[in-house]
Amino acid sequence: MIKFSKQQLKIPKLMRPVYLVTAGQSKFGRAIPEKRTEELCIDALTQASELIGMSPAELKSYIHSCYYGHFADHFGDQLLGEAVIHDRLGLDPLGNIGVKTGGATGGSTLWEAVKAVASGYSDCVLAMGWERMDEVPTDEGNFLISCAADKDWESPLGHIYTGYYAVMAQRYWQIFGKAEDSFRRTLAEIAVKHHGYARMNPYAQSPMKITVDDVINSPVVAYPLRALDCCLMSVGAACAIICDEKTAEEMTKDSPHKPLRIWVAAGSHTLRPADRRDMEIPLLPNENADQYKDLGKRFPGGDRYPGFTGFLGARMAAWYGYRMAGVKDPLEDLDLVELHDAFTISDVQTYEDIGIRPYGEGRDYVESGDCYHTNPKTGKPGKLPSNISGGLIGCMHAVGATGIMQTFEVATHIWNRWAEIHGDDKRWKEFGRKKPKDWTDLQVKGAKRGMAISHAGVGSHVTSTILMDPDHLL
Amino acid sequence: MSMIGQVFVKGGKYKLKGNFHHLTPNMPIRNADDGWKLMGVTNPRDMTYIHMYGGEAPFFEALGEGKLLGTRCDNPDCEYKGTVYQPFRIHCADCLGKNTVIDMTETAKKKAIIHTFMVCERSGAFNLLDKPIKFINIEFEGVDTILMSYLSVGEPEIGKKVVPIFRTKNPTYTILDLSWVLEGTPKEELPEGFSF
Ligand SMILES: [Zn+2]
Repeated sequence: MIKFSKQQLKIPKLMRPVYLVTAGQSKFGRAIPEKRTEELCIDALTQASELIGMSPAELKSYIHSCYYGHFADHFGDQLLGEAVIHDRLGLDPLGNIGVKTGGATGGSTLWEAVKAVASGYSDCVLAMGWERMDEVPTDEGNFLISCAADKDWESPLGHIYTGYYAVMAQRYWQIFGKAEDSFRRTLAEIAVKHHGYARMNPYAQSPMKITVDDVINSPVVAYPLRALDCCLMSVGAACAIICDEKTAEEMTKDSPHKPLRIWVAAGSHTLRPADRRDMEIPLLPNENADQYKDLGKRFPGGDRYPGFTGFLGARMAAWYGYRMAGVKDPLEDLDLVELHDAFTISDVQTYEDIGIRPYGEGRDYVESGDCYHTNPKTGKPGKLPSNISGGLIGCMHAVGATGIMQTFEVATHIWNRWAEIHGDDKRWKEFGRKKPKDWTDLQVKGAKRGMAISHAGVGSHVTSTILMDPDHLL
Repeated sequence: MSMIGQVFVKGGKYKLKGNFHHLTPNMPIRNADDGWKLMGVTNPRDMTYIHMYGGEAPFFEALGEGKLLGTRCDNPDCEYKGTVYQPFRIHCADCLGKNTVIDMTETAKKKAIIHTFMVCERSGAFNLLDKPIKFINIEFEGVDTILMSYLSVGEPEIGKKVVPIFRTKNPTYTILDLSWVLEGTPKEELPEGFSF
């Protein structure tokens, strides 16, 4: 039974305002045989410096400590990979530390970086994440990923992480989705949207112009999930520069964009879904207890919380994050989000965990058209566009970099630089990718606030990273 | 043929016999699109880990004897005294007291239903189960948690009753020694080596 003490429900507090000054990322791909990981990290850092009109050396001169997100040592077959990257970036002898929290590694790296600045330890830090998943064949890759489940109780069961995850999807599919064809089509729509947005993103690994039927006819991975419902396996790097106010102002004096306020909060839940025990739903600021009284009546079997259908870690990351940053209602207060769409169905589960829709009603966020850049029903801007990067399904899931990629994507919108960064013909060429003839500017007009959710495995670690234009705080 | 690595413990020390790793030469990786220039090398490796079950050892031993052990917090000072854990948990998650080991084979035989399931067509390397793998999560009456396992006979469905089967012949001493079948499955249909 989980019951919170008063101390555990303290609203996290940063001792001083913290800013995202700039960010950058490498190309993402299933395999990048021509480059070492450190080359990809240098690509990311170089872009971060260019975006604020600095040379890499100039940018480096501000960095005081470094936070490195890299999940799977066994993929790269290199312990202390952080020390390799740190040396190749020429940042010795600064202090640095490695962070690993599965799929949430990128978000957790930002969490550590923000706290380092908030505490006053450093005025400017580097948060860099990467992953290299192309050094083993796919089935061995699946084996290595399955090592992130409990090795005695779960991993021997097929060594396939999708299976451990999909049992939760199945329960959600039957209880809250009522196993309806219409819900299955809604899930497919998410894959169509994310592969579609990836077409406009030169960094993205899996751009595809597909239909709902293409998704529904793709090979079954774990029913009802099919190949096109699943996230990618990737190689790539992403970084962010986090500063205090004074340093942020100084570093952006010649930059086309201003620094953004940043908050990161985190939650967790059992590594084995098997160990989940019942509890009351922790309420977000836009919810009340009454609205969930009849949840089990409306969705028979849905009264067990978090059961196998909710992600308590995500709920708590939002619980802490919203209160920390002053968010009352994500749908009203935020202008865009990047969510951890490991699978189409977990995307829907997350809508509920973070309060975009109440528990049981996640599908409406897609069906209403609110989640789109342009609502296909009304032709007007979507109310809260999600995963314009293409997300984990369309853009990448280079695990240690993912949460930072999402944060970078949100920032490009608030900076009003999305088209410049994603539309540059030179970049498409450099990455050896063809810019589509119907390339569309997906800038979320007037974006001032956004959030990225970084999520590990079956929900063991989740972070919420909230970004705001400092002139539009809540 | 070299001997498979084996271990026993004596006097608190590991005693090793046989080969724990096998040497395979590395090979160059070349670029077929660019004059077969060198791009990298393969790094083969085959190792055997020595893994201890610690306080969970009785659980894995019992599977091969046809028993499902769980644990219960009996700490009178624990706010949640009486919590029953399956997966077998050595210490109570709430008070961290040492749990009491309980035999819950009969509960599992009479009061176990499928909480959720997944039929998985794929597996990772080193998988030993037949595909498709039917993952099931099992809800037991009076137990606070929901065990993950696999169904060997029958089609899974939420709410269906299942009974445990145990690999009592040549057990592997892993979680794979525990499996499930739908209630009413005749003995003849059990997989090789398993019994009720
Ligand atoms: Zn206890």
